[in-house]
This record gives sequence, C-alpha cells and structure tokens, in this order.
Amino acid sequence: MGKRVAVTGVGMTRQRSARPDVTGQELINEAVRMALADAGMTRKDIDAVVIGNMDHFEGVNYVDTWSVDGSGALMKPIMKLTTGGTTGSTIAMAAYYHVASGLFDRVLAIGWEKNSESDTTGAIITAFDPFWDRPIFAGAVAGLALEATAYMHATGATEEDAAYVAVRERKHALNNPYAHLHLNMTIEDVMNSPYLSWPVKMGDMCPRTDGACALVFASEDVADDFPIKPAWVLGVADRHLWAYTSDPYLDFKTGEAWFPAMQKSARDVYDRVGITDPLEQFDVAELYLPYSFAGLRYMESLGFCGKGEAPALTRAGTFDMGGKCPVNPSGGVMSSNAIGATAIIRVAEAAWQIQGRAEDRQVPDVKLALATGFGGCFWSDILVLGKEKPEKARG
Amino acid sequence: MEDWRKDQEVLVMEGRIKVPYRWFAGEVGTRYLESLRDKGVFLGTRCPGCEKVYHIPRRHCPECFEECSQWVELGSSGTLESYTIVRRQHPQLSPLPVPYGYGIIRLEGADTGFLHLLGEFDDKELKVGDSVEAVFSDKREGNILDVKFFRPVKGVE
Ligand SMILES: [Zn+2]
Repeated sequence: MGKRVAVTGVGMTRQRSARPDVTGQELINEAVRMALADAGMTRKDIDAVVIGNMDHFEGVNYVDTWSVDGSGALMKPIMKLTTGGTTGSTIAMAAYYHVASGLFDRVLAIGWEKNSESDTTGAIITAFDPFWDRPIFAGAVAGLALEATAYMHATGATEEDAAYVAVRERKHALNNPYAHLHLNMTIEDVMNSPYLSWPVKMGDMCPRTDGACALVFASEDVADDFPIKPAWVLGVADRHLWAYTSDPYLDFKTGEAWFPAMQKSARDVYDRVGITDPLEQFDVAELYLPYSFAGLRYMESLGFCGKGEAPALTRAGTFDMGGKCPVNPSGGVMSSNAIGATAIIRVAEAAWQIQGRAEDRQVPDVKLALATGFGGCFWSDILVLGKEKPEKARG
Repeated sequence: MEDWRKDQEVLVMEGRIKVPYRWFAGEVGTRYLESLRDKGVFLGTRCPGCEKVYHIPRRHCPECFEECSQWVELGSSGTLESYTIVRRQHPQLSPLPVPYGYGIIRLEGADTGFLHLLGEFDDKELKVGDSVEAVFSDKREGNILDVKFFRPVKGVE
C-alpha cells in the first residue's frame, strides 16, 4: 500500500455567473495563490500539478500548457484530466494517487471553468455518441429528466419531494459567501418555476458558473509541517458504466432502476474505510447534486437510507444544517456550478469542515466527511475524508 | 466587487469553432442502419457469454468482453422505460420544435433500452411502461432518424 495523504491547503474563488475581469488562466491563478498561501508554500514547493476542466466550455484545448502562467506549473510535471462533471473529483483523486505512490510529496490539484464563455448545452452535447445519442438528445437537463422520471416511477416520489431538496440547497448557500446563487426560495417558488424538461423545472436545476478551486495534497512524510491541520483522505473510488444515454438508468444485472455506478463505488470505498452505516457515521456530506431529484436518488444509492426512503428523511430535515447528517452546507451544485471546479469544491468544503474552517456553514465537530463527484455521463467518484490520521493507507 | 467596468469596456473576442467530422459507423453500425433503412427491421446482437441481446447492437459485451457475433431480429415496438417532455428550445440542438418528448425504449426481444423521440402522444396519459411503436420516416437515409419517432400503441393498456 501507498503513502497516507492529506489535504493541507485550500484555495477557492468566489463563484460568480461571469468573471469578465479575468481570463481563464488568471482565474486559475486566484485559486492557486490562495491555496499556496493557505499551505504556507511558494510555487517552488510544488512537486507536480494536476489540472482539469471541460475543453469545449472555453474552446481551448491543452489547458495544461495554456494555463502554466496562472497554475504555477511552469517547467513542472503536469497532467490534465477531463471526465465531465466528475472532472474536479477525478483531479483530486489523481493528485491523491500521485502522492500515495510515494513519487511526489506536494501535489497541486486545480479544477476550474468559465461557463460564461460558451453555450453550455452546445458544449455538453459533444460528450455524447454522434450516431445514437446526438440526433435525439439535447443536453444535460433532459438527460437528468429521464433519471427523474424513472426514479418517480420506481418509488412514487413526487416533484414536491424534489423541491424540498432544491430549497434546502439554496437555504444552505445563504451561509456561504463563495456560493454563486443566494436565493431564499420556497417550495412554491420551485413548484411554480417553468418546466425545462418535464419533470425538471428551472428551480430544480444548477446554474452556470465561473470559478476555480485548488487543493494541496501532501504525503504523510510532510503533512504535519503545514500551518493548517491536515484533512486526511481515507479512501477514494470511482465507477463508470456509460456508453449510450440509455445505459445508466437501469442496473443491467438486476433490472433495478437505480444508480449502479454510485452504489458500487460507494460500497467499494466504504468497505475499505469501515463505513457500515453512512447516516450514523458521516458527520457531513458534500455531494455533487446537479439537480433536485439527485438529492433523493443519490442518498439512496449512497446507502444513507433504503430505496424510496429519501423523500421522507429530506422532508424531516435529516440532511439540513442541524440535522443528523447535513448535506451540502455550502449550498452545493444547485447554488454554484463551475463544472470543472464543482467536484473538487466538494472535496475542498469537506476538508474545511474537517479542519473546522467552514465559518458560518461549519457543522460542529466533524470527524468524517463524504465528498462525491457526478459525471454528466452518470459516473461516480467517491472520496472519504477524516480528521484522524489513518493507521495505514487504504487506497 | 470590482467596479473596473465603470471606466473600461468589457472587451470580448467572438468566436465559433465549426469543425467538420465524418464519423464511420463501422461494420456493425452499418449493418444495423442498412437493415433499418432498406427493410425497416431493427437488429440486435447477442452476447455468447451472458446471452444478453443488445440494441443498439454492440460488437462486444462490456461485461463478458465476448464478441457479440450473433444477429437477432427485433420487433418494431417495445416498452417505454423512461421519458421526458422538453419544454425549452435550443436554437441549434433541439431535433423538433418544443414541446417534444423522448425516452428510453426497450424493443421486443432486446435486453437493453435505447434513446429515441416520442410523437403523437397525449402528455397527460403517457407513462413509464407504456407500449410504443416505431413510425418510420418517409425518406430513409441510413441514420437513426430513419425512425421518425415512437408513439403509443393504440388500444393497448
Ligand atoms: Zn455478455
């Protein structure tokens, strides 16, 4: 097994609808400077960089090269990763793998996006098969809507159940100065918002955002030398299953209308880390919930409750601030979605929670935190972070 | 935040990347599309390992990793596994004027669903599990839109 790895520096821009005052690499630089200052590091101390975004959102390929002025990667090992919505969590996992390998002690992970610079739907369509999907399919919203319909059919959940998730996420965002949307929405506001693609309404969806986030991952050999307490990465996992749009809604083996990639990646990491009851054991969760119905179905796929049980728990406030396991104290993806930054922000928020640095959105005494990434193509990344240094690396 | 825009313009460079592509359907995709175009018959492929019938046909079973060499004729009607009704038009990407539907349809004889458009339906009556049938395009050109859309099968409950 490899080295134990911790997050020892966090940087994040305020998430905004547009940042016309900076170019992409200047935006990246804001997050990188903040992360380096947080970690008490200079550019010279970086051993390697992992960076990512979605090329088509800015129309610039090889971002690894183009952004070296801002990223700090000039003449250093750098790797670019693009995996759709999971890009940010994939970057975090890759930085973790770099450090766990023992080859690098301090790795900078950067996720960013300027969604304001393109047509998000037009860019997203390039992720889909040109023969079988693109002639029919019109972007992310309607793809998620297929999931929502299947979930409601399987469980009897309602559009109003989903609206409770949308309202909770927006309420939580009011405590987060980094969030893009600060909306004090009601259930009625969500229910009365126009349909984008039935059953998904405007109020159910995430916004399009500009933002960047950078994290420093450090090995156990140096993790105690940083000015802030390390947030230990206890385990990571990912699963993919998508070839065509029709694939992810059903488990091929069981025929169940669930989310097998998320179920299996969660189970994989839970087994290694020793999670048997997520609702009891996790103190907080920062989850990639791109729209409201995800806040129902994914709680079930992540094992927080049984199938069809998430609506009742959500209405009871189980996942609210002050509830048994607060979900997305930051306001989550439904309040800010700079796509390539979004999933690494989940990891950043989880680290801040563990370090007790989440300010007005801090959950008391966080020892164990869950962070997830969700790909536009229904794949799933899972990271578990903890306050205590693990006895050994668990992968 | 910054009020630099009071004194300065917001300058932008407009651009449009339009790259022509020619995607090859390959042997399996071509055989499937020819059958759809010339005979109006849907074909699937069967995995020799798990016996699953894939539609859209796949050359390899992603699970068993066997070559799916056996072709199977499928029905032109099937079951609606999920659907949505699109209400917001995208100027370039929407295949039909809104509102229109699309869904995941599992054809008779297939073990997997595929994506297609829905037409001639009443949105108050449409539901998961409905029987739907293919309506073919008048002019067929060898792509998936040789099927115009799927519509509910009348008189079936
Ligand atoms: Zn097979």
